[in-house]
Amino acid sequence: MTNKSSKSIKKTTEEILEDSDFKSLSSQKNTISVILTILELVLYFGFIALIAFNKAYLSQKFSGAITIGIPIAVGTIFLSWVFTGIYIFWANNKYDVLVKKVKEKIGG
Amino acid sequence: MPQTTQTLIGQFNPVAVMFFVLFVISTLGITYWAAKRTRTTKDFYAAGRSVTGFQNGLALAGDYMSAASFLGIAGLVSTKGYDGLIYSVGWLVGWPIIMFLISEPLRNLGKYTFADVVAYRLNQRPIRAAAASGSLVVVLTYLIAQMVGAGTLIKLMFGLPFEIAVVLVGTLMISYVLFGGMIATTWVQIIKAGLLLGGATILVIMTLYHFNFSYGELFSQAQNLYGAKFLEPGGLITSPLDAFSLGLALMFGTAGLPHILMRFFTVPDARAARKSVFFATGFIGYFYILTVTIGFGAAVIVGQKLIMSIDKGGNMAGPLLAEALGGNLFLGFLAAVAFATILAVVSGLTLAGASAFSHDLFVGVIRRGQAAEKEEVKVAKMATVGLGITAMLLGVLFKGQNVAFLVGLTFAIAASANFPALAMSIMWKRFTTKGAVASIYTGLVLATVLIILSPTVWVDIVHKSEKAAWDIKDKVDKINKDLKIAAPGQALTPEDEAANNKIGKAAAMEIIAADAAVKGNIDGLKKGIKTAPEGAALSPADIDSNKQINDQIDQILAAESPRIFKDKVESITSVIPKPQPIFPLKNPGIFSMGAAFLVGILFSLFGRDKEAELKYNDEKIRSYIGIGSEE
Repeated sequence: MTNKSSKSIKKTTEEILEDSDFKSLSSQKNTISVILTILELVLYFGFIALIAFNKAYLSQKFSGAITIGIPIAVGTIFLSWVFTGIYIFWANNKYDVLVKKVKEKIGG
Repeated sequence: MPQTTQTLIGQFNPVAVMFFVLFVISTLGITYWAAKRTRTTKDFYAAGRSVTGFQNGLALAGDYMSAASFLGIAGLVSTKGYDGLIYSVGWLVGWPIIMFLISEPLRNLGKYTFADVVAYRLNQRPIRAAAASGSLVVVLTYLIAQMVGAGTLIKLMFGLPFEIAVVLVGTLMISYVLFGGMIATTWVQIIKAGLLLGGATILVIMTLYHFNFSYGELFSQAQNLYGAKFLEPGGLITSPLDAFSLGLALMFGTAGLPHILMRFFTVPDARAARKSVFFATGFIGYFYILTVTIGFGAAVIVGQKLIMSIDKGGNMAGPLLAEALGGNLFLGFLAAVAFATILAVVSGLTLAGASAFSHDLFVGVIRRGQAAEKEEVKVAKMATVGLGITAMLLGVLFKGQNVAFLVGLTFAIAASANFPALAMSIMWKRFTTKGAVASIYTGLVLATVLIILSPTVWVDIVHKSEKAAWDIKDKVDKINKDLKIAAPGQALTPEDEAANNKIGKAAAMEIIAADAAVKGNIDGLKKGIKTAPEGAALSPADIDSNKQINDQIDQILAAESPRIFKDKVESITSVIPKPQPIFPLKNPGIFSMGAAFLVGILFSLFGRDKEAELKYNDEKIRSYIGIGSEE
């Protein structure tokens, strides 16, 4: 690689980084990822905290013999999956569109 | 109504063998087909990046769901009730983390191993050496755990000797990986996932049919049999800090398992990578929900007594339920599925270990990145054989050992050595080579040392005999507390005397448990006790022989328990204080992972690497939009 070509790549790199679409794409993705990660942490460690500190709550009857803890545990699994679904939905509909837009700019 | 019927588990089962042979033939056929398509490194490590998102989701599920989660969680639920359910939640929650933080950048930045990503803008050799160490330790510890589990389970189910089972699993896993690389491994995992999900679904439908498709009925019968406590959280979580630490290790360890991370290089792009996590999370979550129904169903339909008589840990709950509901045919099918489950996991692990060895250590470190593709594939294949044989040897060596701590260790190291370096290299511009290397080794060493000093190894394994003696002493002390004492100047009532005798006998039994030979002797005698057939009385001859046996047992208890107590319990407990762990938590995740992040951050902050920061700009663009990623 010659000095000149590496310089021109650097220039495009900086241009892309300064591009408003790229900026919005990366900040949106970071926001979504962080929010969903925090939600997942709260969900799981909330469940663990309930077991550690409030067994009585989980031991209440929900329906017949079924305790409230059972739907909560199953719900934790199900919600985790829903979170991945939310991410997929956002990424397919928003993120990929922005990625395509930025790619077109670079290609052009 | 629990049925205490006999079981065919542990005997030669032609149906199981037939299903198993069918599985082996079809997977070896696929391996033959895959071998012809495996020429380049891209084929061998990454199945030519031709796996679709849906296929990879299934394969990820097949790679992740071990026999321990299939048989173990159903067993835990059937014997411990609600506490078993807590485990199944913990095994799933790492998957969303993989999706939100890891999957897309991993696919965009890496080639074959996660070390590619960590080393992307840093010094190749030190990073690859460190990352490969982390990978290989995780792979080996997990392989040993799987091998020992496989040998034990196959022995339980098929009656095959432990060593033969280990060699069989090892040989098949080497064959898949050696000849078929990632293509064969992927299909073994996909087929296994399909069989496992299908088998578990049928089992659940049959269970629900038994209860007229009413969960209310299932749980009310479970409550009638084992009490309301069975459906409530019990003694599993005693220390919140311990639970939090284990939770962290499970969550972020999943995102640091090399055999899981490697699968993201098999799909064509980041879009497919994220899609595969969505499917994998769905399949794995669905499966864990199924195992809960299987566990409670087994507790009610089979009964805890029979489940625990075959395996104390309850591992046979699922197969026993299959036998009770679907007869020998279904039992055979499920036993073969369990075998397939083990094979798929160990194959994935072996391939990940082999690629850490060939791609990171051989090419990256020894050859400084310069090696012909042919040579790299050759080294990878040699590493596959070497790793496979090592795993078999270690599996046999660890036979009968308590390896439960190894799974905890695997996840602790994955969460501490692999995940922090990977996450920081993707997300943090100022991360440096020194920071990454320090972080990886800190996580690796700290997780290992702290596990050794923790209750699971330091007390349960290193001070095993002391712990056993103290356990017995504690139990006997507790039993003695219940002894009735006569009021001054008065004799004990006959009822109290009878109660005391009973308590004394229980204490004697506890003491006898310290001596394997005497205990085995008594257990042998107990087998001779006859029980009356339903609705009939025992014959006078049987009553007589039962009385003789019980007298014999009482004699042994009276003669042996004082001696054993003096020799084995008193001599240890009077000299040696109760064994205490040096590190209090069962899983060190919170400390080892925290330290790995901290060390990585400090080393990076104190030694800036301008070049790496500059290269981060390119990494960032590639990470977010995938320009220049491996095709």
